[in-house]
Amino acid sequence: MANDTQLDLWEVFIQSRAGNHHIHAGSVHASDRQMALQNARDIYTRRNEGSSIWVVPAKYVTASNPDDADMFFDPANDKIYRHPTFYVMPEGAKQI
Amino acid sequence: MNQQNALYTYLLRLGDSALIQSHRLSEWCSRGPILEEDLALTNIALDNLGRAQALLRYAGEVEGKKRTEDDLAYKRGERQFYNNLITELPTGDFAYTIAKQLFIAAFESLLFTELSKSKDDTLAGIAAKTLKEVKYHLVHARDWCYRLGRGTVISNSKLQHAVDELWMYTGEMFEMDEVDATLLKEGIAADLAPLKPKWMEHVTAILKDADILLPAGEFMQTGSRAGIHTEHLGHILTEMQYLQRAYPEAIW
Repeated sequence: MANDTQLDLWEVFIQSRAGNHHIHAGSVHASDRQMALQNARDIYTRRNEGSSIWVVPAKYVTASNPDDADMFFDPANDKIYRHPTFYVMPEGAKQI
Repeated sequence: MNQQNALYTYLLRLGDSALIQSHRLSEWCSRGPILEEDLALTNIALDNLGRAQALLRYAGEVEGKKRTEDDLAYKRGERQFYNNLITELPTGDFAYTIAKQLFIAAFESLLFTELSKSKDDTLAGIAAKTLKEVKYHLVHARDWCYRLGRGTVISNSKLQHAVDELWMYTGEMFEMDEVDATLLKEGIAADLAPLKPKWMEHVTAILKDADILLPAGEFMQTGSRAGIHTEHLGHILTEMQYLQRAYPEAIW
């Protein structure tokens, strides 16, 4: 990243309530992990979005290469049998 | 002094401190050292504004003259404000704001711990909610004291300068008068005397860990309990109350 003078970049994952997955919410700048947590708290949970936060240094995220998209993702296009769409949702279950 | 008058004044003191501190912190909006810190400070400003709203609304109810929190915030003059002087001091640089936040939050975490046990249920409820917010304000200020104090020679000297400048405004937070005495008898107010050594111990420990020297000065400013302020409050009110003064009863 060019000319980013604003401290290190951290990726932020928010869990909306206990039992749910932590979902990527965005990123923050911070000089240490405590500051990253506090900044994430101030930016991503101030409207009551979260009950738990993870922060991860962005430099430790390994991303897939867009050039590999054909090889990586296209083979999954035509395999509908991998989707659990042949089940009936149990009554009362909000998510499986 | 009867209990109703005492409680009204007591609530104004608490509410005004929150309101003026909120206004000062909101001045950081769009001027934070980084975007994240801009949001952190304005978040704290909003915490304070919510607290001011609750306290001033309750003050209006206690007064019994049908004044709302907005009436009390926007239609009183400088001499009728009772915020602690430290809250009205100029925003200054970032280190100055952080030192101010440290002194105030360390005090308020003790104050609202006591007030959450108040025999006045409304006040106890507001205090319990505020305590959660203030604990975070204290952590935020403390961690920045460590970063600035142990950062560079320049950041250390800026924080040291701020601590030295602000020190004489810290004594006033613990002042008590007949308002406090009247309410203490009823178990409504907090006894500030035993809080002072605890505050001193806490602040001293944080500053020591931040490589900041404790100021030696013993002179302390005073005045807000009687509505006497620094020259800065008038300027805040001019800006804060402009709309209500220029367009009375304006609503949106």
